[in-house]
Amino acid sequence: MGALTGEVIARSLGQIGGMVFFTFAGALILEVIIYLVLGRVFNSKYTLPYMLLAPAAVGLALLVVYPIGYEVRLAFSNMSLRHFRDPTFGLAQGIDNLRSVFTKPVLKQAMFFSVLGRTILWTGINVAFHVVGGMTLALLLNRPMRGRGLYRTLIVFPWAIPQVIAVLAWRGEFHFEYGFLNVMLRGLGLEPIQWMTDPFWNFAAACITNIWLGIPFMMVIILGGLQSISREFYEAAEIDGASGWQQFRSITLPLLQPVLTPAIVLGVIWTFNNFNVPYLINRMELETTDILVTALFRAAFEYNRYGFSAAFAMVSFAILFIFAVVYIRVAGGLQGVYE
Amino acid sequence: MSTKAEIRPRSAVSRFFRSGRGDSPFKRLLIHLALILASLIAVYPVLRVLSVSLRPGDRLLSTSLAVIPEDATMEAYRTVIVEKDFLLWIWNSITITVATAVVGVILAATGAYAFSRWKFPGRVPGLIFLLTTQMIPAAMLMVPIYILAARLNLINSYRGLAIAYSVSSVPFSIWILKGYYDTIPIDLEESAMIDGASRMTTFYRIILPLSTPALAIVFLFNFMTAWNDYLLARIMLQKTEMFTWTLGIWTLAGQFRVEWGNFAAASIMVMIPVMALFLYSSKWLISGLTLGAVKG
Repeated sequence: MGALTGEVIARSLGQIGGMVFFTFAGALILEVIIYLVLGRVFNSKYTLPYMLLAPAAVGLALLVVYPIGYEVRLAFSNMSLRHFRDPTFGLAQGIDNLRSVFTKPVLKQAMFFSVLGRTILWTGINVAFHVVGGMTLALLLNRPMRGRGLYRTLIVFPWAIPQVIAVLAWRGEFHFEYGFLNVMLRGLGLEPIQWMTDPFWNFAAACITNIWLGIPFMMVIILGGLQSISREFYEAAEIDGASGWQQFRSITLPLLQPVLTPAIVLGVIWTFNNFNVPYLINRMELETTDILVTALFRAAFEYNRYGFSAAFAMVSFAILFIFAVVYIRVAGGLQGVYE
Repeated sequence: MSTKAEIRPRSAVSRFFRSGRGDSPFKRLLIHLALILASLIAVYPVLRVLSVSLRPGDRLLSTSLAVIPEDATMEAYRTVIVEKDFLLWIWNSITITVATAVVGVILAATGAYAFSRWKFPGRVPGLIFLLTTQMIPAAMLMVPIYILAARLNLINSYRGLAIAYSVSSVPFSIWILKGYYDTIPIDLEESAMIDGASRMTTFYRIILPLSTPALAIVFLFNFMTAWNDYLLARIMLQKTEMFTWTLGIWTLAGQFRVEWGNFAAASIMVMIPVMALFLYSSKWLISGLTLGAVKG
């Protein structure tokens, strides 16, 4: 326990100031070195862009590339709490880790494929509801009407709230006795639900929370896309006698594609990797609510199986990566992005 | 020739998908009802938090669904500010977050300029790499980052968290800023360079001032990412006096019976400035996101 005192303020400012100072000093030294080596010795015409990129590149190397490399190395080790200081590395260890990912429980009981299945179900349910819900609301809002701005602001609320607060607040509402969902169910004369202890309903609770959280983002993105579609297409279609559904199928959806494809790819990646919702909702730590990412976290930080969890992480990442590459190829949505 | 006035609705279902004018009053009523329902679902859980935060301590647990309780009190707010470490958590979060957002924006602004204006070797792989980093589950990097931080003695320090946050939003920020820089005509810079300006001068005098909206978005994005983070803070900070507000609020939410009102009061106090900022800036936040995505 501590309070906010002058001493605390001075110490934190000192640490942060020091960190900023060293970052700039380090960046300056780096720039001078690049300037001298590339500019003076090699006389490269790309000296300036490399100098501009260097600080970000070094930062990413430290925080992304090095940890990934280390993670790969860990996957070939038996590092755990017992072997934290003296891990052994080797190909045999790596193969062993990889085999145990698929053949042994990743936590206490949950097997890899059941967690994978649940993750796919989780991602599918959430993204489907996000897209359908977001699309419906965007279509409803995409018209001149009274109170449009107010509706839009209110519906965006879940996105604006810090996620941790939203998830913890929802967890409170899943309380058996006092949560509003069960109070309402009782009011309707229905059986209240054991949200926290029943495996099926706990997973459902996580889905409800995440659907609630994710619809506003999709709605806003889709609404932006709808507004960029020229009215003339619809007017021409009306003259030709196309019905509303036909217009939606042949005008709205194809013209929305450039916005929708990246939004869906992002949505899948974010949902697949969502940690806060399934981890925080799951107060009883049921293994039946864990998705790959939370299982990964538990394997590493609760069971301290570092080597094993590294191999587990590789497999999870590979699955997501393959999905993204295939989806982008099929949808062709990111073409020309890097030109 | 048909005119707009002659267009008639075909059926309720097909009209639903048409975003046109001249809807019938009945249809308009239905749309308003649907939107009111959606707004209620979006807002109600937030109102519940507000309601719990105003309840007196002996009536925290109640099955009442009223938003403003009968004997509303600010007691929980007082408790959180005076008796809990709320102000300390907020202070910790603010210092870490502001510093990292500033550093993050500088890193991204310069890096994006290189990607936007030069075709240097390694450019396309670099951009693909940045995109790929978005796919890496944060939980995957936690073990190596934890071990690295432990070896460098950065656990339980503001430094470790600040460094990690500064870099974590850089890939996304570079994408957004590169997309924005690409829309600024290169002629502007070329004519300045004919007049003798150097590349750095044009960047500083032309590109940066013209990119203020995008820079604001990126600053906000960096700020929000660090401000709302739970996972990294959970791993890097173990001492309670170092806690950021996400960890602090999590400890309050842990004990349902005792602390629920305090959790709600703390949430409301964190939420209001963040939501105000978000709703105020959401217009350009969104235009920035779609611009980066569509224009590339």
